[in-house]
Amino acid sequence: MSAVMITRKVTRKWEKLPGKNTFCCDGRVMMARQKGVFYLTLFLIVGTCSLFFAFECPYLAVHLSPAIPVFAVLLFVFVVAMLLRTSFSDPGVLPRALPEEANFIEMEIEAANGNVMAGQRPPPRIKNVQINNQIVKLKYCYTCKIFRPPRASHCSICDNCVDRFDHHCPWVGNCVGKRNYRYFYLFTLSLSLLTIYIFAFNIVHVVLREYRNIFEHVVSLTPHCTVLEVLVCFFTLWSVVGLTGFHTYLISLNQTTNEDIKGSWSGKNRVQNPYSHKNFIKNCCEVLCGPTYPSVLDRRGVMLEDSTRPTPSDASAASTYKSTNPVSQTTKSSAPLIPNEHTPEEAKPSIGAGTQKSTSSPKEEKPPSPTSPNAVAPAVIKESAH
Amino acid sequence: MASLHYYELMTETSLHSSINFHNLQELRHSASLANKVFIQRDYTDGTVCKFQTKFPSELDSRIERTLFEDTVKTLNNYYAEAEKIGGQSYLEGCLACLTVYLIFLCIETRYEKVLKKISRYIQEQNEKVYAPRGLLITDPIERGMRVIEISVYEDRGSSGSSSGSSTTSSSGR
Repeated sequence: MSAVMITRKVTRKWEKLPGKNTFCCDGRVMMARQKGVFYLTLFLIVGTCSLFFAFECPYLAVHLSPAIPVFAVLLFVFVVAMLLRTSFSDPGVLPRALPEEANFIEMEIEAANGNVMAGQRPPPRIKNVQINNQIVKLKYCYTCKIFRPPRASHCSICDNCVDRFDHHCPWVGNCVGKRNYRYFYLFTLSLSLLTIYIFAFNIVHVVLREYRNIFEHVVSLTPHCTVLEVLVCFFTLWSVVGLTGFHTYLISLNQTTNEDIKGSWSGKNRVQNPYSHKNFIKNCCEVLCGPTYPSVLDRRGVMLEDSTRPTPSDASAASTYKSTNPVSQTTKSSAPLIPNEHTPEEAKPSIGAGTQKSTSSPKEEKPPSPTSPNAVAPAVIKESAH
Repeated sequence: MASLHYYELMTETSLHSSINFHNLQELRHSASLANKVFIQRDYTDGTVCKFQTKFPSELDSRIERTLFEDTVKTLNNYYAEAEKIGGQSYLEGCLACLTVYLIFLCIETRYEKVLKKISRYIQEQNEKVYAPRGLLITDPIERGMRVIEISVYEDRGSSGSSSGSSTTSSSGR
């Protein structure tokens, strides 16, 4: 053996993840593929706030109070931090089923469906579960080869199933799901406050300046920046504040945007929302103050390139993301059935018509789509590995 | 002692049984993977992480029902503890929000602490209960918290009979 040390580049799991995400900082940052609108968001927030700090704040600090720019800085830092946290974190992506699990589910489905006559379309793959005394249908995802957990949905833009899928937000360049929904909400809330704050103090600045002009018989023009800021804030206000209001409404009912758009829980003949605590405070607390869920993706885990040993599914060993050894399925005469114990006897799907390959439910734009939020300088790149 | 009960089991099954005494190392080297059983999630209480305690038929001849149910119930309790919404989770949430979530760079969240406990528990269960029966549990977090994957091993030296086969009627449980 030569004495030369060959440094092998370590392959991390994020490099082999399916789906259309982009990863940065060696797997610490996870975003959607199209990031253009996110850069626009950042630019607008940073730009407007920079103008505010450069032109308004000196005047206001001197003539009114130095607390004004200080509070503005705090708010600005919070907004950017929440934006980066929303954009860079894993929204709650569900990993795809490994071959053994996929086969297991297939066998279960086949056993549940019984014999399908040749030429007949197989029934749609739906599982009924009972949640808090309501029947909820779980759909099968053909891409991820799993039955989607309740409230999960497949994002066609990112090509992932996301837990508690809310919507895909191009403004933050990421999906909004279970893990980053509260950051998203805090982002819109703090951005609303920031917008109102800047808007208000722009007006104050203009009024003060004009007042002094009249009093001191001095002519000085209102800076153009102020006008620009007022314009940006004005248009932002309507959209972002509206969005915050909409999400506050959703949180109080413990619903997701996806469910709201589909009308899952509305209407007389439909199931009532089984996840709601029927209490506004409880719902808010669950969504905003609930536990911080960990990412199940393990992006930074090291991939073992071991293909000689049989795959030990040992909990303590670093598991390979893809099983290196295909498992020899023992052929059994009777298909192993672990029926869902809450599946009613008529497990055969009730919907006979059209097998929808309902893998994608793209929710690209939120209903009140925000126009330009205030752009702020990302002085600190927030690394959110969680 | 579990091994004694095990010996009884072995003597009862007259047909060839692939149950052998394994420890974790032996399992990897001398046993080959025969089958995998997947314990699904139980959604009756909502979206909290909870697994079905229904005993799968493939494990009929491999492990006692009570041991299996104990394992799953303990895991469910751990997850319930992690996802509990109460005073501590509020405190954690508010504190984190005030520090702009930078505090998570320094301290571990409660969920992560419980996950570590779960990982230790699973390893302990594997060593003490499952590996001696030729089974191995995979931590659910490695499968996206969707399933508990139980790998069923059989001895390489065995005459190729499928391990989880329901044809071997072992009544001892």
